[in-house]
Amino acid sequence: MDNNSLLTTIQSKLMSQFGNDFLSAELVADYPTFIIKKDRIADVIRFLYDDTELAFQYLTTLATIHYPDNQGQEFAVMYQLHNLPKNYRIRLKIFFSVNDLTVPSITSVFSAANWMERQEYDFFGIQFKDHPNLKRILNMDDMDYHPMRKEYALEDATREDKDDKMFGR
Amino acid sequence: MSIAKNTSTDIIEKEYTTLNLGPTHPATHGIFQNVLKMDGEVIMEAESTVGYIHRAFEKLAERRPFYQITPITDRLNYCSSPINNMGWHMTVEKLIGVEIPKRVQYMRVIIMELARIADHVICNSVIGVDTGAMTGFLYIFQMRERIYEIYEELCGARLTTNIGRIGGLERDFSPKAWDLLDKFLKDFPPALKEFENLLMRNRIFMDRTIGCGPISAERALNYSFSGPNLRAAGVDYDVRVMNPYSSYEEFDFIIPLGTNGDTYDRFMVREQEMWESVSIIKQAIEKIKKEPKGVFHADVPEFYLPPKEEVYNNMEALIYHFKIVMGETEIPKGEVYHAVEGGNGELGYYLISDGGRTPYRLHFRRPCFIYYQAFTEMVKGAMLSDAILTMSSMNVIAGELDA
Repeated sequence: MDNNSLLTTIQSKLMSQFGNDFLSAELVADYPTFIIKKDRIADVIRFLYDDTELAFQYLTTLATIHYPDNQGQEFAVMYQLHNLPKNYRIRLKIFFSVNDLTVPSITSVFSAANWMERQEYDFFGIQFKDHPNLKRILNMDDMDYHPMRKEYALEDATREDKDDKMFGR
Repeated sequence: MSIAKNTSTDIIEKEYTTLNLGPTHPATHGIFQNVLKMDGEVIMEAESTVGYIHRAFEKLAERRPFYQITPITDRLNYCSSPINNMGWHMTVEKLIGVEIPKRVQYMRVIIMELARIADHVICNSVIGVDTGAMTGFLYIFQMRERIYEIYEELCGARLTTNIGRIGGLERDFSPKAWDLLDKFLKDFPPALKEFENLLMRNRIFMDRTIGCGPISAERALNYSFSGPNLRAAGVDYDVRVMNPYSSYEEFDFIIPLGTNGDTYDRFMVREQEMWESVSIIKQAIEKIKKEPKGVFHADVPEFYLPPKEEVYNNMEALIYHFKIVMGETEIPKGEVYHAVEGGNGELGYYLISDGGRTPYRLHFRRPCFIYYQAFTEMVKGAMLSDAILTMSSMNVIAGELDA
């Protein structure tokens, strides 16, 4: 199955199974990418894991992206799944508001998601619901902010000798 | 009466010892801590703490032009930095859509396979050290030194190499580099053979490592293992074969597999992979002979720095030099994921570019970080000394673990 037919197959399966909770599908570079409603992500991943034809039983990685200017959808979490025997790779995405950072945890499907989700909690403050041990992992425990968010600029904001117009963001 | 009561078995309270292994302990080969709950010498529970050398690479990358991110990737798995460098170059090349000449791809394959050998040499010889066999380590480490000499000739650095550039390599292999490579290929197989003679069928080593820290294929997949650790459990997943990059599809090599996923299998898988790497390097050298000489980068003046003598004498070259160094070249918007087979597994770069001079978001899929979480499960019920062996045979590199 090439990427295009994989895209349409999964699209029709997700559409019939999840109806309106499945939002859109498109091919980004060489990756079929699907956008799902946030609250159903764990169900979708469980469904793709159990499906005999698709069988996405390997979690490649997951990452959060912060879009501070995207009103109402400030955060996105992307999950990359892999079907090893058939070598299908797909990407799932959820978008949600900064006011509601609760995301269903997928640790019940993939043990590997445990530390990956802790990392996203640590750096972005995403609250993974039903995570067995949601605490900071790379930063120290008493840190009181989530450093990967875009509002924390790397450069000291009080410095005047560096002009961002000339030297990038 | 009271004496009898005290000696009866049902009231003796069982006591566990809490043992703090690390953060700095000679046997952990890096800065990470494990708090172990011990029943005598048996581990009942383990809790890992990581992050002691966290350097916020993903955050740093958001303020650096693309070419300045390469030195960051050096410091992920510092035992095989060239693979990380190449992975990053290939990610950016995928984003900007550069076709790399075949000769450069083969040269990259040589560099990456040398790095794989260096990585496996470290890991396997340290397994030997942790079982008490110092000799193999001392002998084979000379070969790592020889690899580092080749790196030095190719890029000037040894450990954190920053090797290659976006669009190719910064310089052609010098005659001295070819010479060193030939000598290495001549001397390495006997040295590896000698190392294998010391350990591979050594009764003490086998008794010590077989059945130590095993993991089933099913659990390994659920924990998203990759690289030699997954293959030791019997799953033939190798990025070089599954999603070939840098012309790996043209090479003839096998994926060594284990069955039990224990320390001995991990050791053996790495051992066989080194032989395969030697064969891949030899094939690459043969392939390079058929390619036009002197090509060492793609023709992408917008991304590849012009030679220094031209910068001072040629207007265009000066403009391009300035544009590249200041990060003013146009980068397309896009979202790419590129994975390479690193020393210890699938090393992936997830890159989002919004067209600015730096990535909007860069996420590293670090194999160590993902599989190290299985450590607590793998050592449950094992002896303390087995935990040490399990850790070293998993090839946990602190730099990659903490990013």
